[in-house]
Amino acid sequence: MGIRFILLVNKQGQTRLAQYYEYLTLEQRRALEGEIVRKCLARTEQQCSFVEHRNYKVVYRRYASLFFLVGVDNDENELAILEFIHLLVETMDRHFGNVCELDIMFHLEKAHFMLEEMVMNGCIVETSKQNILTPIQLMDKAS
Amino acid sequence: MGSQGGWGQSKEFLDLVKSIGEARSKAEEDRIVLNEIEMLKRRINEPDIPKKKMKEYIIRLVYVEMLGHDASFGYIHAVKMTHDDSLLLKRTGYLAVTLFLNEDHDLIILIVNTIQKDLKSDNYLVVCAALTAVCKLINEETIPAVLPQVVELLGHQKEAVRKKAIMALHRFYQRSPSSVTHLISNFRKRLCDNDPGVMGATLCPLFDLISADVDSYKDLVTSFVSILKQVAERRLPKSYDYHQMPAPFIQIRLLKILALLGSGDKQASEHMYTVLGDIFRKCDSSSNIGNAVLYECICCVSSIHPSPKLLDSAAEVTSRFLKSDNHNLKYLGIDALRRLMKVNPDIAEEHQLAVIDCLEDPDDTLKRKTFELLFKMTKSTNVEVIVDRMIDYMISINDNHYKTEIASRCVELAEQFAPSNHWFIQTMNKVFEHAGDLVNVKVAHNLMRLIAEGFGDDDEGTDNQLRSSAVESYLRILSEPKLPSMFLQVICWVLGEYGTADGKFSASYITGKLCDVAEAHPSDDIVKAYAVTAIMKICAFEIAAGRKVELLPECQSLIDELSASHSTDLQQRAYELQAVLGLDGHAVESIMPADASCEDIEVDKSLSFLNSYVQQSLEKGAQPYIPENERSGILNISNFRNQDQHESSAHGLRFEAYELPKPSITLRTPAPAPAVSSTELVPISEPTYPKETNQAAKLSTVTDTGATELKLRLEGVQKKWGKPTYSTPVPSTSSSNLKTTNGVNQLGQATLSSHSRDVSYDSKRPQAEISPEKQKLAASLFGGSSSKPDKKPQSTSHKTSRLGNPASEKPQVATASAATTELAPQKTAPVQTPPPDLLDLGEPTVGDTIPSIDPFKQLEGLLGPPDVSSSTNSGTVSVTQPPDLMALYGDSSLSGVSSSISNLVPTNLDSMNLVSSSSSAADHGGSKVALSASLKKGPNPQDSLEKDSLARQLGVTPSIQNPNLFRDLLG
Repeated sequence: MGIRFILLVNKQGQTRLAQYYEYLTLEQRRALEGEIVRKCLARTEQQCSFVEHRNYKVVYRRYASLFFLVGVDNDENELAILEFIHLLVETMDRHFGNVCELDIMFHLEKAHFMLEEMVMNGCIVETSKQNILTPIQLMDKAS
Repeated sequence: MGSQGGWGQSKEFLDLVKSIGEARSKAEEDRIVLNEIEMLKRRINEPDIPKKKMKEYIIRLVYVEMLGHDASFGYIHAVKMTHDDSLLLKRTGYLAVTLFLNEDHDLIILIVNTIQKDLKSDNYLVVCAALTAVCKLINEETIPAVLPQVVELLGHQKEAVRKKAIMALHRFYQRSPSSVTHLISNFRKRLCDNDPGVMGATLCPLFDLISADVDSYKDLVTSFVSILKQVAERRLPKSYDYHQMPAPFIQIRLLKILALLGSGDKQASEHMYTVLGDIFRKCDSSSNIGNAVLYECICCVSSIHPSPKLLDSAAEVTSRFLKSDNHNLKYLGIDALRRLMKVNPDIAEEHQLAVIDCLEDPDDTLKRKTFELLFKMTKSTNVEVIVDRMIDYMISINDNHYKTEIASRCVELAEQFAPSNHWFIQTMNKVFEHAGDLVNVKVAHNLMRLIAEGFGDDDEGTDNQLRSSAVESYLRILSEPKLPSMFLQVICWVLGEYGTADGKFSASYITGKLCDVAEAHPSDDIVKAYAVTAIMKICAFEIAAGRKVELLPECQSLIDELSASHSTDLQQRAYELQAVLGLDGHAVESIMPADASCEDIEVDKSLSFLNSYVQQSLEKGAQPYIPENERSGILNISNFRNQDQHESSAHGLRFEAYELPKPSITLRTPAPAPAVSSTELVPISEPTYPKETNQAAKLSTVTDTGATELKLRLEGVQKKWGKPTYSTPVPSTSSSNLKTTNGVNQLGQATLSSHSRDVSYDSKRPQAEISPEKQKLAASLFGGSSSKPDKKPQSTSHKTSRLGNPASEKPQVATASAATTELAPQKTAPVQTPPPDLLDLGEPTVGDTIPSIDPFKQLEGLLGPPDVSSSTNSGTVSVTQPPDLMALYGDSSLSGVSSSISNLVPTNLDSMNLVSSSSSAADHGGSKVALSASLKKGPNPQDSLEKDSLARQLGVTPSIQNPNLFRDLLG
């Protein structure tokens, strides 16, 4: 399936965005987020951006105070996922302009809409920033 | 910035977000959220809430759930919002619903109608929103409700709709493949869509389809290759570029697909060679994304039918990854190495140092990846070092999931390559001691079986030795405080079977130990059962040997305790033990013959030995046994015929009770006499002595232990313990070949090697870092020496002293550094001293040609116990050693070394061209800089100021508490 979840967590371990591509109960999500964030926060800059967790891998990347965590299956190309995270940030940046944690918090639904355009069924389906942002811009205009 | 307005958020919402953003602890956050929940519960059910306000409430519900609290009280409002006419509200409603509900939630049924309606909408954005929801919410049952509409939308004029429709079909395929089997052709059709986005998305379902059934899609190979070619040639719109890379994510998916299609298919693979070669050549190796594509290329090349040229390119990229300072690239390098090793087992040798570095790295991720590689390259010559390393690591971690995995790998390797029984048992002891409860039960059974059967040699002596060494080690281990249950079971079983076999330990000593085990684990019934059975065996052997058994007081009290146990199994065992104690030697010997666990057991399923007894009973007027099938037949008939006849149906009732008889009941039916009921267990244990068994049965001593033993053995049988395969590295005759090869190398490559050495050792790693320990480790990993790296510090001094000998140095440097050169051209700083690297593994082979045998012999002495291969070869040391050390270069053989050298040289030259033609920025440390530079956004002070002022207007001021909230992510 590829991507299992995408999480945005700040360095205090608070979730800022969570999108799961397989169903987990609230408790499972809570536990998973706690475990993974603890693992990733404990790592240094020099170490790999990949962490094994149970039977899948977490690819993470830090931007200022925010961690972007993507859980993927074991056969996924980790480096490509790492770049996918960057593409997501670039896309947000294009839309918000110098995107920061608060932008995502204030516009949680927009951040989700972008993800919905980019990832479906756990697969990366769209990587053109223009294509990702067009529907959101159209909605902006309409409302 | 325009986006800040327009979505009009209330002060209330901004305050909420602000307070969440500034919460310092989870507890504070929870408090805020709980207040919010109370507030929402009150407000959300008020009548006539304006739509905008409702949307905000819904988003706040999303926050509540995201922060780990239940928001189910508001789900219905999210569902209602999907009905709204406004696109933004509708989409927000769908979003909330997909976040809240799983596909089996009851509320889904309320949404299906809305989805159906929206799929027909004229506004393509509404259709898209509905399709997105379809992907998340439609389950197997509701697929038919939307399927026709989704299929229709595959031909929609808007590419965004086509793309989402194809993904919806993909979802249906994931949920229920059979629901779309008649629609597979649509996926093929969409592959040729003139919009690259639709085409790219179609690759996702096609990848799944092809993984499930490769053969049906071979015809698409040429299409995929041509698409990949076009993408690589930048034929797609610029907007798909990412960091100057043309549509890398599409390239990667195509490469994954090609890897599937080309696997084991020469013809298909040949179509791919050109385009793969192009990508290797063109790909920008200075950016992360370029390396991601290159890595995918390596995966593809290692999966398809091998092409030497492509494998060379792949090896080249791999070695660049491994030499990088960037851990991510190292990680990929290790993985690439593992993949390439499947095609070319020799490839790892060039990268010994890099592999060792990764193994020693404090980074767990890298370490684990390296273990994966080591696991794949284990052979009988290096199994000891690798498994030792794995066990050390296994002990050091807490993560049970990985512990289980690595424990099972250790077991697998040990079973496959164990150099000796003794080592195997020691290794298994360690695995059990530290991960006992995590390993598969079969492993325990295998171990017991090994100890019982030995290696199947005819030599009883070695088997006995093995057993006594196992017994001794177990008695020692028993003093450890906490042992896993599974391990204790093994220990008890072995002590019971062989504790007194060699006469070293007295029966009372062993039973005392076993009592201790049982007492120390009052809550573990299985261990207690094993212990008491073991005690029974010990006693039985004693009685059979004609010695008198004096039960220890603690043993007696254990029996008393177990006789009153809640567990009937334990009770039974305790009573059996007592019964055995009251028997005479002859009877005991037949119940519990010594060392009989290996006897083959024939199960007499017809229970023919009971015939005479049955006959007797029948003569006395007992009811004959009616087989089960006949019985049910009677039942049916009686039901049919006599449904209204009370008497016969009452008669039928009797049968109904037996309708689903358990096997034991079947056995019992012919034998109403209680004495016989116990026989059901007996005959299985000793078919060779049917008479005695009957006798035992009459005495109503049930040898349940026999049964347990049986179970153990039978379960373990599945996995065949492999005999150790000693790789006989090189026939001694070929040593002359070796000499000549080396000679040639020395002459022919002297110049090259000196040059390449300079270059390669300069790269990143100052040679002082290459500690002698690492070399030794490398030697033992990649070669055959079984010496432990840290134990013999003295031996290192020999190494260094030998390194002074340039004549012996050169050829090896040539081998390894040839591979290392490609990184090199930019770096030319010379190195003063030749670095001690693992290549001195190969050294002794050279030392053979050179009359410097002395250090070698000294080393030999230092190494202590002779290694496996030398002992198996059983020749004199001087004869066996050279081939053994040759194995350092892999288990290949002599030819491997010489060929690898000759192969490497052209590669090397080739690579130099490549490197110089590609960008000189091979420094991956700088790739991140390049990335952020390419963004050209940087921290724009004006933007930030504006944003800040806006935030202030809205009443959100950046407080000291969390100034990070305002820091640009890309800043």
